[in-house]
Amino acid sequence: MELLGLYYYWVFAILLMIGLYAVIVKLNLIKKLIGLSLFQAAVFLLYITMGKLEGGTAPIVTDANANGLFSNPLPQVLILTAIVVGISTMALGLGIVIRIKEEYGTIEEDEIQEIDK
Amino acid sequence: MTVIFGFFLLTLLLITAVAIVQSQNLFVSVMLSGMFSLLLAVNFFLLDAADVALTEAAVGAGISTVLLLSALAITAKHEKAPSSSRVGALIIVIIATLVLIYATLGNPQFADPNAPVHQHVAPWYLDKTAEAIDIPNVVTAVLGSFRGYDTLGEVFVVFTAGIGVLFLLGTQPGPFAQSNPFKLTDPKGLRHYLIPRVVGRMLIPFILLFGLYVQFHGEYGPGGGFQAGALIAAAIILFALLEGENSALKVIPRSVLIGLIAGGALLYGVVGLFGIFLGSNFLDYSVLSSNPVKGQQMGLLIIEAGVGITVTGVLLSIFHAFAARGKF
Repeated sequence: MELLGLYYYWVFAILLMIGLYAVIVKLNLIKKLIGLSLFQAAVFLLYITMGKLEGGTAPIVTDANANGLFSNPLPQVLILTAIVVGISTMALGLGIVIRIKEEYGTIEEDEIQEIDK
Repeated sequence: MTVIFGFFLLTLLLITAVAIVQSQNLFVSVMLSGMFSLLLAVNFFLLDAADVALTEAAVGAGISTVLLLSALAITAKHEKAPSSSRVGALIIVIIATLVLIYATLGNPQFADPNAPVHQHVAPWYLDKTAEAIDIPNVVTAVLGSFRGYDTLGEVFVVFTAGIGVLFLLGTQPGPFAQSNPFKLTDPKGLRHYLIPRVVGRMLIPFILLFGLYVQFHGEYGPGGGFQAGALIAAAIILFALLEGENSALKVIPRSVLIGLIAGGALLYGVVGLFGIFLGSNFLDYSVLSSNPVKGQQMGLLIIEAGVGITVTGVLLSIFHAFAARGKF
């Protein structure tokens, strides 16, 4: 059980590195952006995991559960806004990729470097 | 039981992530990443983060998939087969994973009540929300009022990203418009497919209604401007896919969208300035009404509306910019 308690962190570590791997290895720019969003999702998972409290519920305090335990609301606030900012920045990235395709005719990194030579 | 379900979902998450990276077909990758977002949303829900789960489901599984697909329509559907060796990267990534896993051995156990994160300011926010703002949802209270500055910053990041995409892509078709393989922006939409048309048209009003509910009920249940903005944008994007982009532009024209982008952010900022004019600090809503608690609630309602308006405007503008770029 001791090790199971760390499983969420391990999933975070592996997801983070899957994302990093995609960003390093993949030459296709859209694939790189997808990798970046995996990397981002791993960070989201880490924050939300840390906010979880044994026996807690979602931090919505009503009269019925006013004396209960609640998970930490702060990581949730951070990640809530980060998700929307994440999609906006990814859209900007995709916009740049589309412009690259129109100028170079390709979105494979090695071919772009070949043209730039 | 919940724990076993959580482990199962996390393992599925990892498998999906590997499949996303492995697949050479970008269309498959994008579809899998939509699934990944949905799994992540369920995970968030199990971790008591209802607000975050709602956002991830609307943004990750809905809008991000559509944006990636419309980018694929203009660029390429397949990834080129890799030529260079990948052993070096693989070794670095495996070593880094092992280092990270080694580092987690010192972390507090999952959901440990004695973890440092639960000892610091979180209990203060949980205690003071009822007294200062008197709304049930602490996440909304922290987001809109206690940390209103940060959220204003986030709204302006979203605003800037929207402006950036409009600058990059504009509203004109690009040179690669003809090679559009998905007909995402077919002027006739999906009108000739019976099932999407019937089911989609039935769903749109309910998605819009749910979006409005999430917007205005955000103080009492999971929800708020970010989620509502994403949901309403998703409903209009669904309409655009079904009926063609031009029909969606008749519903909300481009000029209105630009007004929404700027208007929402301005509304948020103006509420902040009102705080100064009424003799208090920037973004202090207590002075908006004679009763400080009522003032806080009023301020929250208005700034959440501002957030929702900007997010809807930005996401829809981005979609239309992508769609126009690939138009026939």
